[in-house]
Amino acid sequence: MQRFNAQTVKENAAKAVFTLTALVSILAVVLICVFLLLGGLPGLEKIGLLPFLTGQKWKPGQEIFGILPFILGSVYVTGGALIIGVPAGLMTALFLSRFASKRMVKLLRPAVQLLAGIPSVVYGFFGLVVIVPLVRDCFGGTGLSLLTASLLLGIMILPTIITVAESALNAVPSSYYEGALALGATHERAVFRVMLPAAKSGVMAGIILGIGRAIGEATAVMMVAGNRTAMPKGLLAGIRTMTSNIVIEMGYAADLHREALIATAVVLFVFILMINVLASILKRRRS
Amino acid sequence: MGAKQKAAICRICVYLGAAFTVGVLVLVVGYILIKGIPHLSPELFAWKYNSENVSMMPAIINTLLMTVLSLLVCVPLGIGAAIWLTEYAPRGSRLVKAVRMTAETLSGIPSIIYGLFGASFFVVALKMGLSLLSGALTLSIMVLPTIMRTTEEALLAVPDGYREGSFGLGAGRLRTTMKVVLPSAMPGVLSGVILAIGRIVGETAALIYTAGTVAQVPSTVFGSARTLAVHMFTISTEGLYMNQSYATAVVLLAMVLVINSLSAVIAKKLGGKNR
Repeated sequence: MQRFNAQTVKENAAKAVFTLTALVSILAVVLICVFLLLGGLPGLEKIGLLPFLTGQKWKPGQEIFGILPFILGSVYVTGGALIIGVPAGLMTALFLSRFASKRMVKLLRPAVQLLAGIPSVVYGFFGLVVIVPLVRDCFGGTGLSLLTASLLLGIMILPTIITVAESALNAVPSSYYEGALALGATHERAVFRVMLPAAKSGVMAGIILGIGRAIGEATAVMMVAGNRTAMPKGLLAGIRTMTSNIVIEMGYAADLHREALIATAVVLFVFILMINVLASILKRRRS
Repeated sequence: MGAKQKAAICRICVYLGAAFTVGVLVLVVGYILIKGIPHLSPELFAWKYNSENVSMMPAIINTLLMTVLSLLVCVPLGIGAAIWLTEYAPRGSRLVKAVRMTAETLSGIPSIIYGLFGASFFVVALKMGLSLLSGALTLSIMVLPTIMRTTEEALLAVPDGYREGSFGLGAGRLRTTMKVVLPSAMPGVLSGVILAIGRIVGETAALIYTAGTVAQVPSTVFGSARTLAVHMFTISTEGLYMNQSYATAVVLLAMVLVINSLSAVIAKKLGGKNR
C-alpha cells in the first residue's frame, strides 16, 4: 500500500510539472504583451495615437514622433518582396511537386532547406556587397533603396513560400490530376488549372507566412534599405521599416524616445497578430 | 494560341522559377565562399579579440555558450509542454487550445520584438543586465514553439499500441511516457532541437539589446557577450572590416551547413523507421 501511494504521488507530481511547462508559452505571450504595452502606452498617450500613426516626421531630437514613413516602408518592402518571392516560390513549389524527377527533388529540397537556414545577417551582408552595387550601377543613386530591400527580402521569403505551397500541392488527391488528364487536359493544364486551384488555401497560407517573415525581418533590411526617416520616395530612395527603426535607435534612446520605439513595436505586433489570425482562418478552412 | 504552346509556356515558367531558386542559392553561397575563404587567416581565430586581429574566436565560443544555455532552458520546457499536450491533457480542453494558440502566436513574433521584450523584462525588470543569460532566456522563449511543435508531432507519431502495451505490463503514465513513448520519439525531438540550434546560431536582432556586443568571452553568465552572428553584424555595418566580414560569413555558413546536414541525417533515420 505504501508503495502504491508513493507511485501516485510521483504520477501527480509529474503531471503537475508537465502542466506547468505547458503554461510557459501562455505566460510568455502574456508577459510580452504586458511589457510591450507597459513600455509603449505611456509614450503613445503623450504623443497621441493619431499623430503617432499618421505623423510624417520622425525627429526624436525635437520630440516629433510620427511613424507613418516606417509603416509605409514596411508595407512597401513587404509588397516588393511578394512581387519577387511569390511567383518564383510558387513556380518552384509546382516544379518540386509535379515536374521534377525524383533525383531533382532530392537535390532541390535540401537546397531550399539551406536557403531557409542561412542567417539573416548573412543575407544582409550579401545584399550589401552584391545587390546594392548592382542596383547602384544599373539605376544610379546610392543603391541603398526600397528596390534593394525588396529584392533581398523576396529571396529570403522564398523557402517559406516553397515549403508551405509544396505541401499544399502534395496534399491534393492525385485523382484530381488523373481526372483532368482523362478529360484530355495536358499535364501543364491539369497542374495549373486543377491542382493549383485545389491547393489555393494552402498556397495562400504560405504567402501569408511569407508576409509575416518579411514584415518582421530587421537585420537584413536595415543593412540594405538606406534607413532615411523621411516618407518613402520611389523605388530608388532609401526607406526605413518599423523593425529597422527599433534596431537602429534602441541603443541610445531614452525616456519618450524609448517609449516611442516600444510603441512602434506595439504597432508591428498588431500587424503580426492580424497576419496570424488570417493564417489560422485559412488553416481552419483547409482542414 | 494552341494548347501545346500554352503548355510550353507554363512549363518554361515553372522551370524558370525553379532555376531562379537554385541560382539564388548558388549565388549567395558561392559568392560568400569564393570571396571569404581566401580571407580565413589564423589571426581571425586568435583567442583574444582586439581591433587589429578582429578575431572571431571569442564570438564562436560565445555562440556555443549561448546555444547550450538556451537549450538548457527551452528543451526541458518544450518537451514537457509537448508531453502534456499529447499524453496528459484532456482532449479538446480550453487550456489545450490556449497553449496551442499562444505557441502559434510565439512562433509568429518577429525576433526584434523578442529583443525588445528581453531588453525590458530580463535586462531591466529582472536586473540581469546585458548578459549571456538575458540573451539565452530571450532566445529560449523564441525557439520554444519550434521544439514544442516538432516534439508534439514526434510523440503523436508513436503508435498507441506502444502505450497500451506498456500500460498492460503495469507501468504508470509517467513510466510509459519516459521509458516507452519519449525514447521512440527521440529522432523527431532531436530534429526539433537542431532546428532550434539553427535559429539560435543565426539570430541577431533578438540579441543586440539583450546579450549586448562585447567581443570577449564573459567570465560569468552575467557578462555581456556577442555571438558570431552579432559579431558579423557589428563588423559588417561598421564597414571597416570587409575582408573579415567575408571570412566570418564563411564560418557562419559552414555552421548552418553542418546543422542542416545533421538534421537531414536524422530525418533519413526517422523516415527509415516509419517505413
